[in-house]
Amino acid sequence: MMPLWLDLTIRVVAVVVGFLTLPLIVGQAEHKVMAHMQGRLGPMYAGGYHGWAQLVADGVKFVQKEDIAPRDADRRIFRLAPLVALFPYLLVLLAIPLGPNGLVAQPLDVGLFFVLAVLGVGVLAVLMSAWASANKYSLLGGLRGAAQLLGYELPLVLAAASVAMAAGTLSLPGIIEAWKPWWLLWQAPAALIFFIAGLAEIRRPPFDMPIADSELVFGYMTEYTGLRFAFFLLAEYVGIVVIAALTTVLFLGGWHGPAADHLGWLWTLLKVFAVSFVIIWFRVTYPRLREDQLQRLCWLILVPLALAQLVLTAAVKIAM
Amino acid sequence: MTDDGERGTPGKGLVQGLAVTLKTMTKRSTTQQYPDVEPELPPRSRGVIALLEENCTVCMLCARECPDWCIYIDSHKEEVVVPGAARARQRNVLDRFDIDFSLCMYCGICIEVCPFDALHWTPEFEYAETDVLDLLHDKNRLGEWMRTVPPPPAHDVLGEPSKEEATAARKAAGPGAATAAKADVRRARPTTADRPNQEAQPKPESPEPPQ
Repeated sequence: MMPLWLDLTIRVVAVVVGFLTLPLIVGQAEHKVMAHMQGRLGPMYAGGYHGWAQLVADGVKFVQKEDIAPRDADRRIFRLAPLVALFPYLLVLLAIPLGPNGLVAQPLDVGLFFVLAVLGVGVLAVLMSAWASANKYSLLGGLRGAAQLLGYELPLVLAAASVAMAAGTLSLPGIIEAWKPWWLLWQAPAALIFFIAGLAEIRRPPFDMPIADSELVFGYMTEYTGLRFAFFLLAEYVGIVVIAALTTVLFLGGWHGPAADHLGWLWTLLKVFAVSFVIIWFRVTYPRLREDQLQRLCWLILVPLALAQLVLTAAVKIAM
Repeated sequence: MTDDGERGTPGKGLVQGLAVTLKTMTKRSTTQQYPDVEPELPPRSRGVIALLEENCTVCMLCARECPDWCIYIDSHKEEVVVPGAARARQRNVLDRFDIDFSLCMYCGICIEVCPFDALHWTPEFEYAETDVLDLLHDKNRLGEWMRTVPPPPAHDVLGEPSKEEATAARKAAGPGAATAAKADVRRARPTTADRPNQEAQPKPESPEPPQ
């Protein structure tokens, strides 16, 4: 038996390593996938072989840049916002199980509740950066972001509630253990709703109205430079990983697969990367929605569908 | 979503969009990695103009026809004493032949009008300068481009022989042999033409076109 402190250190270090490497892999994949989907090559120089070190080079560049805060900005809040954007995702990664037999940094009985609650902090970062920037584009972006994040929180939670109801537990490893392949069909609408609402939560195209670079410059990120801007970007890519991981854990059966006892972590990672690919694919394919289309999609389609899924889940659960 | 109206199956467009991007991803990209990989230029590419100084007679046709007036020519006359001639001959000597590539619009008229093939297109295009004045190429620099002039394309085997060649061949065959000479043109070619890259082997050919 390991001493407690060693055990804790290993877990935390593992999560931080994943937190720092997975987004880079996803980011590099986005560079390359997006390029090839547009008939381009993408980065080819950095690092020598097909530009593998592009994001490292980007990071070095961001570090060198001057850290500017606008004169009228609310400096403390302005400087804090990128960390608030980044930190919740780190906490979420703590609770996501990688494989069976306790291969999770922090097994929580209320894992799902914890994860959804922490994800909700993201809206705070958007509002903080938007208001503190003292910039009208930032503020407009922030208001859009707030409306979007509050709206899509609802279908996200309802879809997650459906699967929690089906599994009869809020623990993420518990949900995976209860998962059966036929849930893919039973929970398919919930999976779709969760995925779409998750896309909106991390403000990925086609739901990037808070950023909307053609209308709002860069939304709430307009005034950020250097390392703080890099934190926002990193948060975006960690967001992809987190949403992909949550979709995997809740709806795609997590570590389930051939030889799950030994290769469970591999199945989880493969599924996470597959879902991340779909997220990138969506970004390349679809144009940005208009603000009213965004709200209509949420309130008129996703929320009713999620409620219907809840009813369906409850009905099947009672019938069994 | 809501603006679909009377369009077909809902979501069809979304799926088609996904298919397009996925298909594009599996195809080879068309990006040319230019500085690393030289581009494959088509024949007769217009890169820069080369000057073959020996062929220039300072007739000034190119300078006069140039729409941009970007060719500058200076020359002087030299007397050449030819033994046996009644008086000395005069010869034009080229002092200056500059083309200003900051003005040139690559119309190629100078090359077309040159009666003695002193100007040539070359496909070299990497002569950008940081100072616009350096785009004025003098005759030495224009002469250096001659190394990059590609050989002229081979003659079309099935094409008619040129007028000069046909006439020369007819003269060589003597009077009254006009019809025979036509058939012999190809065999007569190496003797009449002085171009270096003529095809070496004469191709015996029947007067009637091949079936």
